Amino acid sequence: MSERRTEEELRSQLLAAFPALEGRIRIARARRVWVEVELPAFRELFERAVKELGFTILCIITGLDEGENLGFIYHLADWGGTMLNIHTLAPKADPRIRTVTELFPAAHIYERELVDLFGAKVEGLPSGNRYPLPDGWPEGQYPLRKDWDPAVLDAPLEATAGGDTTGEGA
Amino acid sequence: MAKMSIPIGPQHPALKEPESFLISLNGERITDVAMRLGYNHRGIEKAAENRSYIQDLYLIERVCGICSHSHSSAFIQCVEEIAGLEVPPRGKYIRTLVGELERVHSHLLWLGVAGHEIGFDTLLMYSWRDRELVMDILAMLTGNRVHYAMNTIGGVKRDIDEDQAREILKAVDTLEERTKYYIEVATHETTLIQRLSGPGHISKEDVLKYGVVGPTGRASGVGRDARRDDPYAAYPELDFKVITDDHCDVYGRTLVRVGELMEAYSLIRQVLKKLPAGDIAVKAPRRIPVGEAVSRYEAPRGEDVHYVRGNGTDKPERVRVRAPTMANLQAVAKMLEDNNLADVPIVIAAIDPCFSCTDRMVRLDKGERVGLGPASESVDWGSLRKRGIEWYRSQGIDFAELNRKFEVRG
Repeated sequence: MSERRTEEELRSQLLAAFPALEGRIRIARARRVWVEVELPAFRELFERAVKELGFTILCIITGLDEGENLGFIYHLADWGGTMLNIHTLAPKADPRIRTVTELFPAAHIYERELVDLFGAKVEGLPSGNRYPLPDGWPEGQYPLRKDWDPAVLDAPLEATAGGDTTGEGA
Repeated sequence: MAKMSIPIGPQHPALKEPESFLISLNGERITDVAMRLGYNHRGIEKAAENRSYIQDLYLIERVCGICSHSHSSAFIQCVEEIAGLEVPPRGKYIRTLVGELERVHSHLLWLGVAGHEIGFDTLLMYSWRDRELVMDILAMLTGNRVHYAMNTIGGVKRDIDEDQAREILKAVDTLEERTKYYIEVATHETTLIQRLSGPGHISKEDVLKYGVVGPTGRASGVGRDARRDDPYAAYPELDFKVITDDHCDVYGRTLVRVGELMEAYSLIRQVLKKLPAGDIAVKAPRRIPVGEAVSRYEAPRGEDVHYVRGNGTDKPERVRVRAPTMANLQAVAKMLEDNNLADVPIVIAAIDPCFSCTDRMVRLDKGERVGLGPASESVDWGSLRKRGIEWYRSQGIDFAELNRKFEVRG
């Protein structure tokens, strides 16, 4: 393996492309770099990281309930073992993000989790079976939001129309 | 030839775990695969937010029954990073030792399953017999065969002594000899080679595109291994090869796994030889500071990724788990394309899937579960059977005739 890019080198590369990130890049330890970015600038940063900075591995997408906002962390990795974790926020009132499946076709499963468990709206998400909640899961119930209480399920629920294809909810 | 769709699962014919594949066929050839997952969803991520870090350790270990140490290590590495704890060298070595023993038990288990899926049950009997050796070693070291509970925040819970080390080395010698025999079988036995060569082909480009991890990716020539690339525990001080292969099919995945068994034996011997003296753990605080960390761990099936966010209390704000099967399943549809229907079980088994890992989260204790009846009551055989019949009917398959024939009387 060739010389590993240091975290400081990565910081300079990011700052050269996005001066607005000044003060928003945190080097937690060797191989761990965290970046905070506003939602409108997220896409460009993400694409640059993937296409130009060599972060061609998407490890996971983490959803977070951060009060007024939903948080999203895209955990990217390069082939030298460095992880670039890009954190962005979208207001809960309209938690709209764009899919990254054009760059990572397998990411749809992580995005479906954001939809089911956090109520995120992912624009451009290809159609397919929901994941991971069952078909017929009540509308508007997002289990990983902090204010969600399993007690809501104690009341008898009307089964809503099922999801796409399995017919399980029928 | 007429096109048709065949539902496979959620009661899977090959694996003892539920998932559902809707397979479209043109004659015998597969044209498309739609997957439905989530049947094993247990609400672990949500549950972890309501428990203390120590309780979570036991919970996270139960994400998977096979790679329990992998998940607890990936989780604990995050917690230790947030808390700024440095695990003593001896603790790191013992973690690595258990991790490699786990890899041996998982790969031998896989070898048996793969043998079974292709009708080579002698291989199943042989490899599972040998696997008992490593299970006994794990039970001796930790007290348990599967959920070892060896990790604790700041290190490991049990030390090992010289008698135990001797026993491990004895078992490893036998296992190595047995594995050499399996390598001999895998490289010379014509029936096995011909049955496994071809099915489940995935190119290197597709492995990169779909983010395939673990032995499945390495069998298509992608040398990605968190132990080397993003090292943790004692791996930076140990010498090992990342096994790759370029067959890109089920046969390649077999060769990679038997190769990794040999590397695991070498790693176990190195750990026991170099095992440093000293403490096995440092004392950890009950409250973990505000902070976040992400860690990767090379589990037997591929890369586990865990993310933890602490909020200064004794309970985490958020725990996120990604098991390797979650990453690999996305590529299964690609692997099955243009294969024969009869190859479905071995192709799916060849990624060594673990659906209980893949689905984790939403625990329901009581009350009306949509379409399932009261969750707190046990489901009797009759209603379970009725539900199964209705589900299959909704998929276009009617067992009415057969049901009349095999009516349960009583």
